[in-house]
Amino acid sequence: MRVVLAEDLFLLRDGLVRMLEAYDFEIAAAVESGPELTKALAELAPDVAVVDVRLPPSHTDEGLQCALAARRARPGLPVLVLSQHVEQLYARELLADGNGGVGYLLKDRVFDAEQFVDAVRRVAAGGTAMDPVVIQQLLARRAVREPLGGLTPRELEVLELMAQGRSNAAIAAQLVVTERAIAKHTSNIFTKLDLAISDDDNRRVLAVLAYLDRAL
Amino acid sequence: MGARVRSAVGAGMRGLLLAAVGLAGSITLFVLSVVSLVLIVVGIGALTTPWILTLVRHWANWRRVAAAEWCGVRIPAAYRPFPDDLRGGIVGQLERCRLMLGDPATWRDLRWLLADMTAGFVTALLPATLILYPLEGYALAAGLWRVFTDGSRVGWWYGFVPISGEGSALLAALLATALLATGLRTAPALLRVHFLLTRSVLAPADGELAERVRVLTETRRDAVDTSAAELRRIERDLHDGAQARIVAMGMDLGTIEALVEKDPAKAKELLARARQSSADALTELRDLVRGIHPPVLAERGLGDAVKALALRLPVATEVEVEQAGRAEAPVESAAYFAISEALTNAVKHAGADRIWVDISHTDGHLRIAVTDNGRGGAVLRDGGGLGGVERRLATFDGVLAVSSPAGGPTMVTMEIPCV
Repeated sequence: MRVVLAEDLFLLRDGLVRMLEAYDFEIAAAVESGPELTKALAELAPDVAVVDVRLPPSHTDEGLQCALAARRARPGLPVLVLSQHVEQLYARELLADGNGGVGYLLKDRVFDAEQFVDAVRRVAAGGTAMDPVVIQQLLARRAVREPLGGLTPRELEVLELMAQGRSNAAIAAQLVVTERAIAKHTSNIFTKLDLAISDDDNRRVLAVLAYLDRAL
Repeated sequence: MGARVRSAVGAGMRGLLLAAVGLAGSITLFVLSVVSLVLIVVGIGALTTPWILTLVRHWANWRRVAAAEWCGVRIPAAYRPFPDDLRGGIVGQLERCRLMLGDPATWRDLRWLLADMTAGFVTALLPATLILYPLEGYALAAGLWRVFTDGSRVGWWYGFVPISGEGSALLAALLATALLATGLRTAPALLRVHFLLTRSVLAPADGELAERVRVLTETRRDAVDTSAAELRRIERDLHDGAQARIVAMGMDLGTIEALVEKDPAKAKELLARARQSSADALTELRDLVRGIHPPVLAERGLGDAVKALALRLPVATEVEVEQAGRAEAPVESAAYFAISEALTNAVKHAGADRIWVDISHTDGHLRIAVTDNGRGGAVLRDGGGLGGVERRLATFDGVLAVSSPAGGPTMVTMEIPCV
């Protein structure tokens, strides 16, 4: 799997390259600025891009803007955005086109190599990887305004993991239950929240996120 | 034509109001002030004087507002502020009396009361007269003259026209027309004259510059104090938080190095702990960074930073931004924290379920309004959160106003000049 990586701090870039190579990714390019990233995305057509939000020369949200522009040019181009802080505002912008294949994670998530690599693979496959912090913020706001359709605590846990973009198998592994139990939970959740049931992981995530975001 | 008539009649009415209310108010307040000042000799005056003088200040401030709103005449108020640590009770009142008597603005106010009940009264009455007196002339011509005379003698004077019958009543109407024409042309300008007179008495002589220096000195001190306090807080947070955690992490790593061959299980346990420490240190640093300069503000500017902030609130918040470009970074930062404080207040104390934030950047001013539909009753206190915001904005010559009637809605407005 070919990766284009954009990160301006040498230490982090180097660490990411080593880590991804250790997990058998091929680094097509490791760049350190917005213009270089735009060029690499256009020319190398990678399977997935791992991009830092803040890049030189402007040190604003250049990485995010480059990624969004590249996705407009090539809809569905898998992009995983990394940042020192997560904002719902940016998460919405990434999810806005509804094409999936987006991830948005705190940089700290690389501490857990397994989870991080899983997120990269998920995004590359057209899925979603949302940082737990973003999801928790959404859930917290939602819960203040109205209880979540009478979900049980367990169902809430499942909903949270589902909104992050995890598959049923991954959720089952995390909560140490069978995949069948999770399937039952998810169908209960969709019934209680009055959402259309879908087998497609990506569409499922978007439906849940749209629900959490509704009327806010 | 209609607009001119409207503005002239408006000026006339306002002149009448100023003349009537102004005369009564200024005379009353002047008498009260003099009596109160005289009574200082016997002691009782020292307690009443601050109240009376405060009333005088309110009275003068009402006139300042009227001058700015009606005629665009800006009259600076240059009252010296009381120190923050003023005591309450009788001692505080005596201290207040002393400070007020030592303030040149107080004596200017008293001088103005005298001017207002004389020259002020006349200049305010003039536009009113020019608009209203012609009505009498027309009434006389229309037949009112019959009340005063049977046509054989002079029974009434309209201005300098002796009324002795239909003919002279028509002359009165002619004079009335001339007066009205003059009034329609000059009433707004005459009212302006009244306020210019007010300004010449009320405004500090070279006070504007002196006042500016005083304000700048004060706000500079505030700014220095605030930033020093901020630095202390940041230093402490770093020292006790992230720094300590990273030290612990280093120690753990040293231990792991020693244990890695002898006791791999123990080493693994310590590795997990070191990773947890680094995660915690990062979380703390992230919160600290947010408090110093929110990352979204650096990346996107004020509008989006406030939108991102709104998304983190538990209350539905709408953010409207009309910005032609970005303000300077320090102004944006101050505005962001001011908005943040206002929003925190609305969420914590107002019990609101909707908040609106409007940001507009027009003709060199950044204007911000934070409105909530909560229970109201918010006050601007020194030492309170909003008081702190006010001081912070003052560094940029910004102002903050709170309108919060009991029962709501609360509206916090801020305005910062961006030069």
